[in-house]
Parts: sequence; structure tokens; C-alpha cells
Amino acid sequence: MTTVQTTTADRVASVTSFLRTFTSRYASVLPTLAAVGVLLLLLMGAQSRFGNFVSPGNMSALLLDNAYLMILAVGMTFVIVTAGIDLSVGSVMAFTGILGASMLSTGVPVYIAVPIMLGGGATIGLLLGVLVQYFNVQPFIATLAGLFLARGLAYVVSLSSIRVEEPSLLWLQATRFRLGDWYITPTGIIAIVVVATGALVMHFTRFGRTVYAIGGSEQSARLMGLNVARTKVMVYVISGFCGRLAGLVLTAYSGAGYPRNGIGTELDVIAVVVIGGTLLTGGRGYVLGSMVGVFVFGTIKSVISFMGAEQSWTHIIVGALLLVFIVVQRAIVARSDRPR
Amino acid sequence: MDGVRPLLELSGASVRFGPIVALDNVSFRMYPGEVHSLMGENGAGKSTLIKAITGAHELTTGTLTLDGKTVHFDSPRAAHAAGINAVYQEIDLLPNLSVAENIALGREPRRYGMIDNRQMREHATEVLRDLGLDVDPASILGRHSLAVQQLVAIARAISTDVKVLVLDEPTSSLDMDEVAELFRVIRELKQRGVAILFVSHFLEQVYEICDRITVLRDGALVGEYLTTELLRIDLVQKMLGRDPAEFTSRRRAAIEQAAKPAFLSARGVTTFPGIAEADIDLAEGEVIGVAGLLGSGRTALARAITGVDVLEQGVVKVEDRARRLDPPRRALALGVAYSSENRRTEGLLGDLSVIDNITLALQAQRGVWRRIRPARQRELAASWADALGIRPSDLDRPAGTLSGGNQQKVMLARLLALAPRVLVLDEPTRGIDVGAKVEIQNLVADLADNGLAVVFISAELEEVLRVGDQIAILRDGEIVDILPSEGLNFDALLALVARPDMPAA
Repeated sequence: MTTVQTTTADRVASVTSFLRTFTSRYASVLPTLAAVGVLLLLLMGAQSRFGNFVSPGNMSALLLDNAYLMILAVGMTFVIVTAGIDLSVGSVMAFTGILGASMLSTGVPVYIAVPIMLGGGATIGLLLGVLVQYFNVQPFIATLAGLFLARGLAYVVSLSSIRVEEPSLLWLQATRFRLGDWYITPTGIIAIVVVATGALVMHFTRFGRTVYAIGGSEQSARLMGLNVARTKVMVYVISGFCGRLAGLVLTAYSGAGYPRNGIGTELDVIAVVVIGGTLLTGGRGYVLGSMVGVFVFGTIKSVISFMGAEQSWTHIIVGALLLVFIVVQRAIVARSDRPR
Repeated sequence: MDGVRPLLELSGASVRFGPIVALDNVSFRMYPGEVHSLMGENGAGKSTLIKAITGAHELTTGTLTLDGKTVHFDSPRAAHAAGINAVYQEIDLLPNLSVAENIALGREPRRYGMIDNRQMREHATEVLRDLGLDVDPASILGRHSLAVQQLVAIARAISTDVKVLVLDEPTSSLDMDEVAELFRVIRELKQRGVAILFVSHFLEQVYEICDRITVLRDGALVGEYLTTELLRIDLVQKMLGRDPAEFTSRRRAAIEQAAKPAFLSARGVTTFPGIAEADIDLAEGEVIGVAGLLGSGRTALARAITGVDVLEQGVVKVEDRARRLDPPRRALALGVAYSSENRRTEGLLGDLSVIDNITLALQAQRGVWRRIRPARQRELAASWADALGIRPSDLDRPAGTLSGGNQQKVMLARLLALAPRVLVLDEPTRGIDVGAKVEIQNLVADLADNGLAVVFISAELEEVLRVGDQIAILRDGEIVDILPSEGLNFDALLALVARPDMPAA
């Protein structure tokens, strides 16, 4: 009898000490785990409702349809972890697409057009980063200006959609590497490479650490001798580059450039990053979490089209989910930030 | 020390900010393997000197030499690289990262260009073990107590090749055991030939650990002395430049007070985690000193009886009526005011002027529609500044630019403008110099003489004993006793405050 009691007590003690160690180390992973949980519930729910939802073809499409969003989310994660925000990404994406399509349609060779498409985004990012860092402009305002600027430029290039005929660009989307019923296109590969690179940079480089440090306390980071200024400019450059890359991918995906692409996409991106467990106050978050966020978003969208319902329901559900997640995050952070 | 070359030497150094001279032609030197104390009142130029050494301020004139070579630091980064590291009172680490990450930040071990997290953690474990700290290196820093965070900051500072280590008020959030631990570490670093600049307002500690003392006053050098050759009374005199202000012992009308009913009485007050089942009575004209170690529930008690924390259990009666005090707005309306120990984050609005800081709470209580006219605000602020001796008298200065003691007075003025009946002061003298400390103590006594009920919390037992009429003794989140201060001496109080199984030092 006594032995049973001791072992039970021991087990309870070991479980609580494990929990204590776990929360003291990984409390900030909890929101991301919650997002994984939501994703699994969504997939299971959809599978039992439709029967054929979790199929290789459908899952492959989930990645491809959201490749541009995933690329944007990686850049946005960097920015948000420094406690900044980048509202310009949707417009930058549209500008890149229409600029590329227009260049290609006027006969600019692809090996010149693509570097211009990609390089320009980094330039806008650089401009925004410098504004934020050296002119002390609020990221919200600076990138709002970037949003208007890039959108305006997109309209200057063309007011209507321009088709892309360039085979090498279309190849990015049309090629399908198959493995059984699974398939992936070069655009999907680009998205995965961006996510992997982003995660590596974030967690295994000094630059990544500095990004987290700035989000924790910019002042402390500076006093600790970290290169705050360069890092802060760089995150906007990265986000701008991701905007450009997403523009390229979206152009390949839709086969055309369109100046009205990506209106409101910056908000979708912020939503998926937050759902993926990144705190808008900075300092916590994961690139892989943002990827989970994208999958949650994409799954909701595709469930709604499976149901044949109006797409506006996507935003209603994402909005509700966002609210729940923000509350959950507040609760977790409030608990874990309390010193013992 | 003759014949040995100073490791660090500052000569003829001045730092000016526009017309303000923060440091005036000061010479200062540190030898390897010594603990050197920098003493002076607030505003004497201690922080400026530290910042000049650590690269946060640039010298207007004068030179800095390190190891015999003239150096010029334009950033803390450059000073780090040269082997000068500083740990500040307000911990400048990152609460969102792990302990190991904080220790390694900016110089993480790398393999193939990627951070080697395992090696980083092993290195952190080693450094922490050297410090005798039992902390999980993978745990998030923000979850640890301030004391542990402070020691982690020191671990970070010594984890590299450090030549000069600046410790700015390192002990203000440590309890006695932790201070002993820190001193052990300091002595070991001394053995390794590190020069340590130890800045503290605890004279006790300065005399225990330091070899030499440099005294500054009003931005100028007073002198450099061997600790063994400088009497305490002389030190204080040199810092103040006048006879040390005496704490005017106030008359204690103990019998008269005993008859007075409590203005505020708390019964069974419990907050979690913090304070359990606390009973305390605050009578008008009485100062209750709160004595206890760090983590004994000093602050929790203060927050519980001022409506800052929501009570889990217990009742608070104000003038014999059970009242709910939270949120603080309600407590203030009942005349119960609280001044936080965290001046910077929970008290002063550093960017606002002294005037704004003083009139803020009063304006908030009056509401938007009964605005205090600017002229009236200035008048109010001026009268409080005058009454409390707030210096400098320029009331338009941002409050954050004042010295610690004056910032504390501004916070006091803000609360006093509300005409409170109960004043709960949490560590009002933390991190301020001896002169200002005595002024605050006198002020507390005056306020009580004028009929306020005051709760005075301090980590320094001597001070609690001197200021309090009654002493509430806290241990592990409980009030173990409330005794009249008459008849208590320091050693007796120390024994009461310390855990019973701990020998009274």
C-alpha cells in the first residue's frame, strides 16, 4: 500500500518537475503548438466531413496555392519579432508582378527582367529600414508610405492585367515533380527553401539572435554591443525581398501581372504570422510557426471552397481565430513572464 | 601600488552636455586585481564617469588609457572589445531569451557559420557553475528573480576576457546570502587580475570588499583613498562636502498613538504568490517599518494593502468600513497611496517635466473637466519642490534627468498632492545617496508628525529601525511579528528577519 502511494507521489512529482522545466524553457513555443493543434483539428474535421480532403493532391495544392503567402510570412516574421511591422508587402508583391509582366511583354529578356524584379524589392526594403532606423519613423507609418508608393507605382506601370508568355517563368508553375500522387512545382520548392533558410537564419545565426534581442529590448541589445542598427535595416530588406520573391511566384502562379493583386494581403500575412505564434510585441516567434499559420489559413480557405460557401467566410473565421489566439497568447505570456 | 602601471587611467577628463558640465577635469585610475569603489552623492558624476569608461559617453576633453595605450571608445561595443564590461543596476538583459543565450549573445560559438547551441549551453553551464549558481541554462531569463538575473548579467560580463569590470549598484536587489556569493566571485576575479569598479551606496559593503575609494562631488574629483585609511565618517563628509545631515530623531508619542484607532486595518490579507494571512493596522501619525529579506513579501504586502494587487482572501477596513481597494484609483480616492520600488517603470514618467510628474495624479483624480491651469500647476509644483527640497529648481526639466533622490521626491510630491491619509513607500531610498537618503527619512518622520500613517519598506534594516515606530517583520510571505522599534537593536532585528536556522551574522 505504502509503496503504491510513494510511486504515485513520485510520479506526480516527476511530472510536475518536468512540466516546470518545460514551461521555464519552452513557454514561448506553446502558441505555436496550439496552432499545430488547430491545424490538425481542421484537417481531421474536414476529412471526416468530406472524406477525401486529406488527399495527396489536395495537400500538394495547399502548399502551391499558398506559396506566395508563405514567402511573405517568412519576411514578416523577421520584422514582427523585432517588434516592427511591414504593411508594404502586398503592394510590393503586386508592383513586382506587374513590372515583370510588362518588361517581359515589351521584349526584355528574362535574365534581365527577373533580377530587376528581385533586386528592386530589396531596395524598397532598404529605404523603409533606413527610415525606421535612422529617421526614427514608426514602422507602421514608414511601411504605410511604402504600401502607397508601391501600389501607385504598380498603377503607373499598367492599369490592367498583363499576360505573361515567357516560358521559363511559366515553367516555375507548370512543371510538376511527382512522387506517387504527391507533386510539387518549382514555386513550391522556392517557398520551402525560403522557409528553411529563414528558420536557419533565425535560430542558428548571430543575426537571428540579434533579431530576437531587439524584440526583447532594443536598448539592452544596444548596450550588450549588438549591431542593432544594421539588423533593423536588414529585417526590412529581407521582408522587401520576400515581397519581391512572392511577386515573382504569384506571377508564375497566375500567369499574369495585375496591379490590384495583393490588396489586403499584408493583413493576411500578419494574421498568419500571429496565428503561428509570433507576438506582435516582438521577441517571440518562429518561422516554422508562421508556416503552420499559413497552412491553417490555407486549410480554412480550401474547406470553405469545398463546402461551396462564400469566400468571405474565410476572413470571418480567420478573424475569430485570430481573436482567440491573441487571448491565448496573452494568457501564456502573462503567466510565463511572471518571475518566480 | 607604486611601480605598478595602472590598468586603466583617466586623466583630465571632462564631459559636457551643452552648457552642463557633468564631469570636470577628473583623473581616475584602476590597478589590475583591485576592487575600487567610486563614491559620491547622486549627481556627483559617478554614472558619467562610468559611461565615459564604458564608451557610452565620449570625453569632451582628457584621455583614457588602457594598458598604457591611449584608447578612444565611440560605443559600448568598442569598450567591450577592449575588455571593459559593465553590469548596471537596471538589468540590461533580454527577458525573452534563455539564460545561455543571454550569456553568449553577440559572441556565440559557431560551427560552419551556424551557432553551436550545444557548445553555447555547455559554456554557460560552466560559467554559472563557477559562480555557484544553480540555474538551468536553457530556461527563459524572464522567469527568474531579479537577483538571479543580476548574477546572470555578471556571468555574462565575466564569460569573456574581461580586464575591467564595472558593477553599478550590483547588490541592490540581492539578499545577504546572494551578496556573500557575489563577493566570493569578486574576490576570485581579483585573483585573476581583473580590475573591478564597485559602485554601491551600501557603505558596509564598500568597506568589506573594496581596496581603494575614489570620491567625486559635483562632477569634480575630491580624492583617492585607501579604504583602510579612510574612516567612514570622513568618507561621508567628503561625499557630502559638509557635516553629514543628522536624522532628526522624532518624538515618539507612543502612548498617545496606542489609543488612536487604526485608520486602515487589514485582516487575513492574502495574494498569490506573495503574502499570506497578513494582519496589520496603520494608525495616523505612526510609521510602520517593514523589515524582511528579498522575497519575504515586502512588496506584496504593500501592493495588497494599496489596491495594486487583487486580494485572494482577507478584508481591508478603512475607517472601520470594509472596503475594496483595487484598482489603485479607488485606493487613492480613499486616501491610500502607494509608491513603487521601481522608480523607472512604475513611478516616474521620465520624459515629462517635473511639473507634469507632480500634478499628474491630482489632475487624474479631478478628471478631465476640472483642468488645473498651467499657472496653477507650476505654483503647485513649485510649492512641493520647495517643501521637499527638489533640486535643481528648474521644473521644466524632464524628470528623468534628475538624480535618483530627487526623482524619489518628485514621486512623493505627486502622492502628497492628493492629500493622502496613508502613504506606503516601497524602497524609497533604494539606489540614492546618503545625503538624499537622510532627507527622505526626515521627510517621512515629518509626514507622520503631520498625521499621516506611513508604511516604510527598505532592504536596509538600520534604516527601517531608525524610521519606524513599529517594525513589521516579514519572513517567507508572512508577517511573523510586529514590534515597537524602541528596545530593538540591529542585531536583534537581523536575527528576527533571518531564517531561524540561519546564524545571525
